[in-house]
Amino acid sequence: MVKTNVTLCGVELDNPIIPASGTFGYGYEFAELYDINCLGTFSFKGTTRQARFGNPTPRIAECTAGMINSVGLQNPGVEAVIAQELPRLKACFHKPVMANVSGFSIDEYAETCAMLDREEQVGWLEVNISCPNVHSGGMSFGKSPASAGEVTRAVKAVTKKPVIMKLSPNVDDIAAIARACEDAGADGVSLVNTFLGMRIDLKTRRPVVANRSGGFSGRAIFPIALRMVYEVYEAVGIPVVGMGGVSTAEDVIEMMLAGASAVEVGAANLVDPFACRDLVATLPAVMERYRIESLSDIVGQAHGK
Amino acid sequence: MLSKDVFTITKNTPIARDVLEMVLQGPADAVAAPGQFVEIRLESRFLRRPISVCDRSGDSVTLIYKVVGGGTADMAALPAGARLDVLTGLGNGFDLSKSGDRPLLLGGGLGAAPLYWLCRELVSRGKRPTVAMGFDTAESVYYADKFREAGAEAVLVATMDGTLGVKGTVLDAVEDLNAYSYFYTCGPKPMMAAIARSAAIDGQFSLEERMGCGFGACMGCSIQTRSGSRRVCKEGPVFEKEELIW
Repeated sequence: MVKTNVTLCGVELDNPIIPASGTFGYGYEFAELYDINCLGTFSFKGTTRQARFGNPTPRIAECTAGMINSVGLQNPGVEAVIAQELPRLKACFHKPVMANVSGFSIDEYAETCAMLDREEQVGWLEVNISCPNVHSGGMSFGKSPASAGEVTRAVKAVTKKPVIMKLSPNVDDIAAIARACEDAGADGVSLVNTFLGMRIDLKTRRPVVANRSGGFSGRAIFPIALRMVYEVYEAVGIPVVGMGGVSTAEDVIEMMLAGASAVEVGAANLVDPFACRDLVATLPAVMERYRIESLSDIVGQAHGK
Repeated sequence: MLSKDVFTITKNTPIARDVLEMVLQGPADAVAAPGQFVEIRLESRFLRRPISVCDRSGDSVTLIYKVVGGGTADMAALPAGARLDVLTGLGNGFDLSKSGDRPLLLGGGLGAAPLYWLCRELVSRGKRPTVAMGFDTAESVYYADKFREAGAEAVLVATMDGTLGVKGTVLDAVEDLNAYSYFYTCGPKPMMAAIARSAAIDGQFSLEERMGCGFGACMGCSIQTRSGSRRVCKEGPVFEKEELIW
């Protein structure tokens, strides 16, 4: 029997598979399709202090081996999430959940995190400083080490739960941002969010998405994401959650060899709602093929240390 | 309720200009109501193709689609016997209980497709639907005879260039929209907006929006309605007249 369990910031997961924020809602809709308790955990839809409708449509553009989205953090706001979404989530998911938080000011991040800190089922706060689809806030906090550290400190001051900072790949030096988060007290980092991209419609000769550009994700970004996970693992001592284009059990293992303690899966869920269930199911056989007894042993092995 | 299954193509042939009829055989029980859609996975494309259900009968599902880009061109090249990964049971579908005795079904272009099963179901419930279909030109017209065979009380055809039926839009083919008990419509946005403006009677609109997942996860197809934000793929694609903001 192979061991798929891993530890993420002191919390044990049955396996490293985590549906990424924005591709899994608040879980309960997927729970109608299969028992989502087979997952390591999941990161729920990015939540902000106030309700947001998001960007105008079209919000989606297809690409070769991937897609662009410009949803723009549509969510009902943290109070509605706590009052309406979390009770529904709790009814179908019985493990700690990752709460994904976004904001437009340092105070807003802190306020939203403080409210979610009081929710028992929240096991980790994943703080998104990397959303490419909002014009102020979002990614701008993840652009410089100083502002990334500032958000980290503000959030750490209001919660005892592990804080994982979600990083943008749209920066010069992602390792420097990760180090700044670690120095400011972050318990982990997750990467990568989507890459800024765009498509133009040949018939209308205008950008496909109404917001002009959006975040590119899907299989195509896997090698770039993997390289960034590898670099960040070298740069920090805190756990790294790897994501970006993961679609097979082999991809999961590759991410872990690069240094990921756990692995998030995003766009693959949108193509196949059963993608994460199937990843969990196929992982043991793929581990055996590569003679891996315990997944937690292989984290960062590609670094040869 | 969503289901993911393998279907076999039994037919995939042109029925009008750039328009094909695809018949799929497989476990179709999740296809529960007219107005729902399915999503087809293609080897060559990342995202699935959302296609409205034109008809369902037992384990057979009929889809009508138009070649508008690379994905639908790939679909058109698929031979009978090919197997497809298909998500079924997507979307809410039309509410037949509100039809009254003489509903009007208005379809524009490809939008006539999801009205076919609706028409059959209404007839089987003893209703007398009238079908009005609008196209750009005679070569684009499909299914007018099928609607007649299905028992529609009348089938009114309009073409923009006047090469078949009444010259003009689908509304030009209908003498008095408000003489009917209710309406169901699917078609291009400007056509449906015109219907929304002219209709004193109640009705339902089937909307189209660019989708990511098609099953409610990505929020890619959200619209603002009078009762808040709604996902076209999940709470829709069919919305009641009073819910929509044009």
